[in-house]
Amino acid sequence: MRKFVTQRVIAMLITLFIVATVTFFLAKTIPGGPFTKEKALPEAVLKNIEAKYHFNDPLWKQYTDYMVNLMKGDLGPSFRYDALTVNDIVRKGFPVSALLGFVAILISLGLGIPAGIISAYKQNFWQDNFVMFFSILGISIPNFILATLFMYIFGLKLHIFNIAGWGRWQDVILPAVTLAAYPTAYIARLMRSSMLDVLNQDYIKTARSKGLSEYRVMTIHALKNALIPVVTYLGPLIAAVFTGSFIVERLFFIPGLGRYYVTSIYDRDYTVILGTTIFYAAFLILANFAVDIIYAFIDPRITYSTEK
Amino acid sequence: MLKKLTILMLVVAMLGTFAGCKKAAPVEEMVLKYNVGAEPQYFDPRKATGIPEFTMLLNLFDGLMRYDNQGQIVPSVAESYTISPDGLVWTFKLKGTKWSNGEPLTAQDFEYAWKTALSPEIASEYSYQLYYIKNGEKYNSGELTNADEVGVKALDDKTLEVTLEAPTPYFTSLLSFTTYLPINKKLDQSNPDWAKSADNFVSNGPFKLTLWDHNHTIEMVKNTNYWGKDKVKLSKIVFTMVEESSTELMMFENGEIDWGPNPPLPELERLQSEGKLIINPYLGTYYYLFNVTKKPFDDVRVRKALMFAIDREAIVKNITKAGQLPATAYVPPGVPDATPGSDFRKVGGDFFKAYDPDEAKKLLADAGYPNGKGFPKFVLLYNTSEAHKTIAEAIQRMWKENLGIDCTLTNQEWKVYLDNRNVLNYDVARAGWIGDYTDPMTFIDMWVTGGGNNDTGWSNTQYDEYVKTAKSTDDQKIRMEAMHKAETILMAEMPIGPIYFYTRPELIKPYIKGYYTSALGYTDFKEAYIEKH
Repeated sequence: MRKFVTQRVIAMLITLFIVATVTFFLAKTIPGGPFTKEKALPEAVLKNIEAKYHFNDPLWKQYTDYMVNLMKGDLGPSFRYDALTVNDIVRKGFPVSALLGFVAILISLGLGIPAGIISAYKQNFWQDNFVMFFSILGISIPNFILATLFMYIFGLKLHIFNIAGWGRWQDVILPAVTLAAYPTAYIARLMRSSMLDVLNQDYIKTARSKGLSEYRVMTIHALKNALIPVVTYLGPLIAAVFTGSFIVERLFFIPGLGRYYVTSIYDRDYTVILGTTIFYAAFLILANFAVDIIYAFIDPRITYSTEK
Repeated sequence: MLKKLTILMLVVAMLGTFAGCKKAAPVEEMVLKYNVGAEPQYFDPRKATGIPEFTMLLNLFDGLMRYDNQGQIVPSVAESYTISPDGLVWTFKLKGTKWSNGEPLTAQDFEYAWKTALSPEIASEYSYQLYYIKNGEKYNSGELTNADEVGVKALDDKTLEVTLEAPTPYFTSLLSFTTYLPINKKLDQSNPDWAKSADNFVSNGPFKLTLWDHNHTIEMVKNTNYWGKDKVKLSKIVFTMVEESSTELMMFENGEIDWGPNPPLPELERLQSEGKLIINPYLGTYYYLFNVTKKPFDDVRVRKALMFAIDREAIVKNITKAGQLPATAYVPPGVPDATPGSDFRKVGGDFFKAYDPDEAKKLLADAGYPNGKGFPKFVLLYNTSEAHKTIAEAIQRMWKENLGIDCTLTNQEWKVYLDNRNVLNYDVARAGWIGDYTDPMTFIDMWVTGGGNNDTGWSNTQYDEYVKTAKSTDDQKIRMEAMHKAETILMAEMPIGPIYFYTRPELIKPYIKGYYTSALGYTDFKEAYIEKH
């Protein structure tokens, strides 16, 4: 287990290094810069700005400076937001996005798993059709339509929630449900198919023939194995929803991290492009790593120990 | 069970961070909720550049001069001023006013603010707004290193002497601009980061900053240390930074905001008929640029033919739909001319018909392309936006129908487009310009030879000469005449083709009164109030 962890940590550092390097040079190749403005800046002004942010240094020096600061945990200043450093942006945005993502994942697991089980157990009955109908809706309706629909119905017409905003606990609900729609539907389908798969296996037949109650068969024997694909999906899912969604946060006016992945590119805010990309990559790797560890506990076929 | 409990506790803890954000408001509080739409790039007045920043900073700060509700520029922090006969030395007497922290505001605060704004170390993007001051540009470019030679000097606590490079009759209008605002010298020297959060922010205007939740909300309350506080009626302004226009609209209709400056284009007609929209003036022109270094656009007849073939009335009536005026000249209406009360545009008149397809056909034939025969294919470039696309498509059709010529449309992301425009990597491109101050010069001096914003390759020595004449005197008659002549050359040569004059359609609740919204785009809430409704 220890060897496995060490290997993974080294691999993770190498991956992050590559991600940072590639992103650094890619970002610099986009035409225009952070100070390309409709009203062209006089040369003297541009020169002062370049000197201040060291844009006139050779590219390799800018790169090594950035990497050295990165090792120290300093992600640099933002060029678009004078008042914020990239560390500020992540520190402030991530907890907001993570809370939203956490609630969304609770919703998608809480609804998706039971729906998938029922659907599998009552295969081809109305319960199954019902679940599958909604899961198709959840998968195919884009976020922004769902968000606008929710805002219109629950905000403008029914006045249950504010249209948009952040700061009161109610403000989490509409965006979290919007964010949860797709993963809920996906988990339900995943759960259904893996449950059906497991239920046809010999050991389930054995369990049934031993006279175990249907409830015990479903929960103890089938569920644990059927959960494995869901756990696999959970890694990237957590990384995606915890680090923020551009569309949901923009529509619901939430000060999370999601907007920066996109706006930083439009703004040519190099350090923010890099900072958010590296942060996302690190989070994704860690989430997948956590999934691999969880496997060891729920899947008897997987083990990381080398002693035995 | 334990697991469930842990999760439950986590949820409770996370939701707990929300508690305690709402305060009960006293009944007489008058709160305005304005969607400013974007997080400020800079909140230090010396560096601020955008319209959202202007709106917020002009409510937080007060300059030597300020526009009143009638749009007249009047002394504000200044009590009075005198101008030397040559128009170069301006001496301001200051009122005895205070900063929001109670400290007295002195002429030294102005001197310090302007000099530091010009210093190369601060690297302010808008430092060039101070180039009117003697040696401002030299000091900013590093040519001069001694700040004492910059033409601004506090003679004593209440007297500020400003020396200009050249006579500038619109200098009073510039003085209301953010770059000319004062900053608290003592504060800036002890804490250079004061403008980065609400904690240490000190200003001298009608309101003071109390909350800055980045990329979300800015709140300011009435500043009781403001010299003109008796006229300030709002107790608080909440500036939200909602970027999505459909969200802004729904929040407006649901009463969550009182003012939204970015209504979605497809909704304009409905909103106008429901009385939710107010169309404010906007000092700007929407136009097309020609790359005059490229064939066939080096031929003035071709440029004119393309421009005359555009039905401007149809564009403003069917596409933009917010009271825009078809542009038959370059400088938009709303800029005063030499005699008081006159308008530069009215005096200058129209230079061509809003739609003249016959003349266009004739010109194109004269240029050697009868009915568009042999006209090379070219590309019409615009920055990615639904509105620009619709206009470009309409114009593409008009060119095809009226002149028989084909063009393809290309859209590019904002900064890619700016980059290509700047290096003349285009044939014909869409552009727009909003004035920086209320004088024709903010439009006219763009097109001088080699000007930083002259993205056409066009050059005309006579034009340059007129601009120089206008910049060398404060005799309004001579200035305006020179600028009219310059505009005449520009419209005769047509390196650019005006299409329409901008307006600003905004969502404004009818009970918001007493504000001053400038044609330059910002809004002053100094005397604004909310009517009982």
